[in-house]
Amino acid sequence: MMRLSTIQDLELLRREILKRREHIKKRVRICDGPGCHSGGGEKLIQLFREQFEERGLDGSYEIAPTGCHGFCARGPVVVIEPANIFYEKVKPDQVATIVERSVVGDELVEELLYTDPETGEKIVHERDIPFYVHQERIVIGETGRNLITEIDDYLSRGGYSALAKVLTGMQPEQVIEEVKVSGLRGRGGGGFPTGVKWESCRRARGDIKYVMCNADEGDPGAFMDRALLEGNPHQVIEGMIIGAYAIGAREGYLYVRYEYPAAVKNAQRAINQATEYGLMGDHILGTDFSLKLIINRGAGAFICGESTALMASLEGKIGEPRGKHIHTVDKGLWNRPSNLNNVESWANVPLIINQGGKWFADIGTERSKGTKIFSVVGKLNNTGLVEVAMGTPLKKIIYDIGGGLPGGKRFKAVQTGGPSGGCIPESMIDLAVDYEKLKGAGSMMGSGGMIVLDEDNCMVDVARYFLNFLVEESCGKCIPCRVGVKRMHEMVTAMCEGRAQPGDIERLEALCNGIKETALCGLGKSSPNPVLSTLRYFRDEYEAHVNDKRCPAKVCKKLITYSIDTDKCTGCGVCRLRCPEDAVIGEKKECHCIDEEICVRCGICYEGCKFGAIVIE
Amino acid sequence: MDCNIQEVDAIIEQWGAKPDSLLQIMLDINHRYHYLPKESVKRVAERLEMPLNQLFSVATFFKVFSLVPRGRTIVHICTGTACHVKGAPKLLDRFEKDLKLRPGETTADLALTLETVNCVGACSAAPVVLVDGVTHTEMSANKISKLAKELKAQEG
Ligand SMILES: Cc1cc2nc3c(=O)[nH]c(=O)nc-3n(C[C@H](O)[C@H](O)[C@H](O)COP(=O)(O)O)c2cc1C
Ligand code: FES
Repeated sequence: MMRLSTIQDLELLRREILKRREHIKKRVRICDGPGCHSGGGEKLIQLFREQFEERGLDGSYEIAPTGCHGFCARGPVVVIEPANIFYEKVKPDQVATIVERSVVGDELVEELLYTDPETGEKIVHERDIPFYVHQERIVIGETGRNLITEIDDYLSRGGYSALAKVLTGMQPEQVIEEVKVSGLRGRGGGGFPTGVKWESCRRARGDIKYVMCNADEGDPGAFMDRALLEGNPHQVIEGMIIGAYAIGAREGYLYVRYEYPAAVKNAQRAINQATEYGLMGDHILGTDFSLKLIINRGAGAFICGESTALMASLEGKIGEPRGKHIHTVDKGLWNRPSNLNNVESWANVPLIINQGGKWFADIGTERSKGTKIFSVVGKLNNTGLVEVAMGTPLKKIIYDIGGGLPGGKRFKAVQTGGPSGGCIPESMIDLAVDYEKLKGAGSMMGSGGMIVLDEDNCMVDVARYFLNFLVEESCGKCIPCRVGVKRMHEMVTAMCEGRAQPGDIERLEALCNGIKETALCGLGKSSPNPVLSTLRYFRDEYEAHVNDKRCPAKVCKKLITYSIDTDKCTGCGVCRLRCPEDAVIGEKKECHCIDEEICVRCGICYEGCKFGAIVIE
Repeated sequence: MDCNIQEVDAIIEQWGAKPDSLLQIMLDINHRYHYLPKESVKRVAERLEMPLNQLFSVATFFKVFSLVPRGRTIVHICTGTACHVKGAPKLLDRFEKDLKLRPGETTADLALTLETVNCVGACSAAPVVLVDGVTHTEMSANKISKLAKELKAQEG
C-alpha cells in the first residue's frame, strides 16, 4: 500500500480503484452481520469461494462478505449486484444453483425470493421489499454494501472524502459549527447535542485531549453499534478523525465490549489500513494534523458504558462512575479534556460533513434531527436493524416495517431504552418516536433497542428481569442503588412468586421515587424506570399478582400449573417420552395427565404437543 | 492448565507494563487460561508496580474474569432482553436440571462451565446459546435438552 502524502493523492487513488473495478460485472454480497453469520452466513462465503474457483470465475466477478443488511429475520441474505436481486434464507446446498443461474446466467432462483405476505407475490429487488421501502437507511445502509475487510471498497464509495473536505479548508470551528447546525444529538442514550459537546472540549484548557468512541453497547437487545463497527468500521473511524481535528485531539480510544470480538478485530484491521494509507497516524494526508487510535476491550460490566466509569476503566481502575459536577470534556481520562461519543453518533459525522448540516437538519422532528437505527427484536416477524427518520410513528416501525407479530398474537408493549427505559403500551402505538416523545411516555431512547412484547409476556416478570439485571450491574458505590435496587428486586420477586402483601405496590412506588431522587449516576437514577413504566400502564397485572396470586400472561412459574386437556389429548405419548422429569403419566392411546408435584414447568411438553392439549393455567 | 510466567510476561510485553494496560493484560491472561491464576495476578502486580489489592478489585468487579479454574468447554446462555422474552429462563432451568450446573459453576472434572451473558448482539435469532463462542440460534427447551445430552456425551 502506498502512503498518501497529499489530499489530491486520495482522489487519485479513488479514481484508480474505480478504474480497477470497472470490469466487475457482478458482485455477490453475502451478509456476514451478527444475525446471518450465526445463521450460516460464514459457511456460505466459503462455499461461494469454492464455486467461483471451480468455475474459474475471476476478475469480472466479486464475492463481497459484507456487514449487516438489517433484515436478520430472513437471513442468511445474499444479494446479487448490479440488479440487487435479494435472496433470503439461503442454504449451503443452494449456492451452486445461485452461481449457475444468477451469477453466470441472468436468471432468477424463484424459490429464494422474498414473498410479500400481503399479496403473496414474489419480490425480486432489495429496494422493493416492504421492510426496506419504509426506511431511510442513510447511516446503516452502507454496512450491507461494504466489503468488510477492504479499505479500497470503502474508498470506492467515497470513503474518507469527508475527512479530505475538512482538511482541505475547514477550520476546526467551522467543523463544529456544521455539526451544531445539523442538530445531531448523542445516539448513546442521553441525546446531548454533539456539536455543543465538541465545542466545550475544544475550549477546555489542556494540551493533550482525547477523542473516544463508546462501543460498550450495554443495553441488552440492542446491536446497532455492533453491526456498524463490525460491518463498516471505516465510517466510524472517519467520524472520529474528523472529531479529533475539530476538538484538537491527537490521541483517541475505542472502548469495545468484550462480547464483540469480531468488532474488535474488524476495527483494528480498519485502523491499520487507514494508518498505512496515511489517513491516520502522523501527518494525515500530508497535513500537520496527526492522530493515533487505540482499541480497548471492556470486561463485561454494563456500568462501563457510562462515561466516567468508562474512563476510570481505561485508567486500569474498576469502573465506578463519579458525580456529574465535573464534566469529562474538562477533566476526563487522566484528568484531561475528553470527548466521548457513541458509535452511531460518530458514524453520522462523515454524512453531515459531506452533505451539510442543513441537509441533516431537514430530516426528523423539531428537536430530534436525522435518523435513528433501532434494533427491533422480540415477538416480531421482521426482526432486524431498522433505520427511520426521527419522529416515525411506532406503528409504522412495528407493522409496516416489522411486519407485525407472528402467530396472530396480540401486541402488548414495546420495551425501549434498555434497563433505564420503559414499556410503551398498545394504546400509544401512534407515538412519533423521538427523544422527547419517548421520555414523555415514561421511557427513553437509550441506544435504540426495541423489544416487542406480546400477550404471552408478563409485565411484572419484565420488571423483575430488569431489576435482576441492575442488581448484578450496580457498581455498589452509592447506597440508594446498591441497597435500594436489591430491595425493589426482592419486592417484585415476591409478587412473581405469590408472596406479596396488600400495600406492596404502594411501598414499591415510594421506594422507586426515593431512589430516583438520591442515586449517584444514571444507572441508579433510572433504575426505577422499568417498574414505574410498567406500573403506569399495566397496574392491573401487578394487582392480579398481589391480590389474586395470579399471573394473567401465565409466565410466573410459581403461579401457574400445567395440565392436559382430556378432549384434545390423543394419547400419542410424545409428552410422556419427552418429559425429563417423568411427570407425565398415561397409557398409549389413552388420555395422559401431569403430576403437578413433579412438574417443573419447563415447557417441553407444551412445545412438543401437536394437538395443543397442554394447558397452562 | 498451569500458569507459565514467561507466557504472562509475553502478554505484559505486548501491551506495555503500565497501569492503563491492566484490563487488556488481564483479559488476555483470562482468555489464555480460562481464568486468572493467582501467580499471574501477582506477576502482573509486580511488573505494573500496582498494589495487589487493586488487581483483585478489578478481577472481582468485571464479570468476564474468574479467579477459579473454568471448564474446557464454556457454555453461555444469553439472558439479554430479547432472549429473556423469548424463553431464556426456560433454557437456563433445563440446563441446570440436565447437567446439575448452575450459572457460574464448573463440573468437578473441569469439563464444562455454565455462564450467563447479557446479550451477545444476535438478538434477532433469540434465544441464543454460545458454546465456546459458537452461536446456537433460536433455541427451545427441546433443543437445549439435546445440546445438554451432546455435551455430556462429548466428555464421556
Ligand atoms: C448506566 C449507563 C450505561 C451507559 N451505556 C452506554 C453504552 O453502552 N453505550 C453508549 O454509547 N452510551 C452509554 N451510556 C451513555 C454514556 O454515558 C454517554 O452519554 C455517551 O456515550 C455519550 O455519547 P453520545 O453523546 O454520542 O451519545 C450509558 C450511560 C449510563 C448512565
Ligand atoms: S438478547 Fe440475547 S443476543 Fe441480544
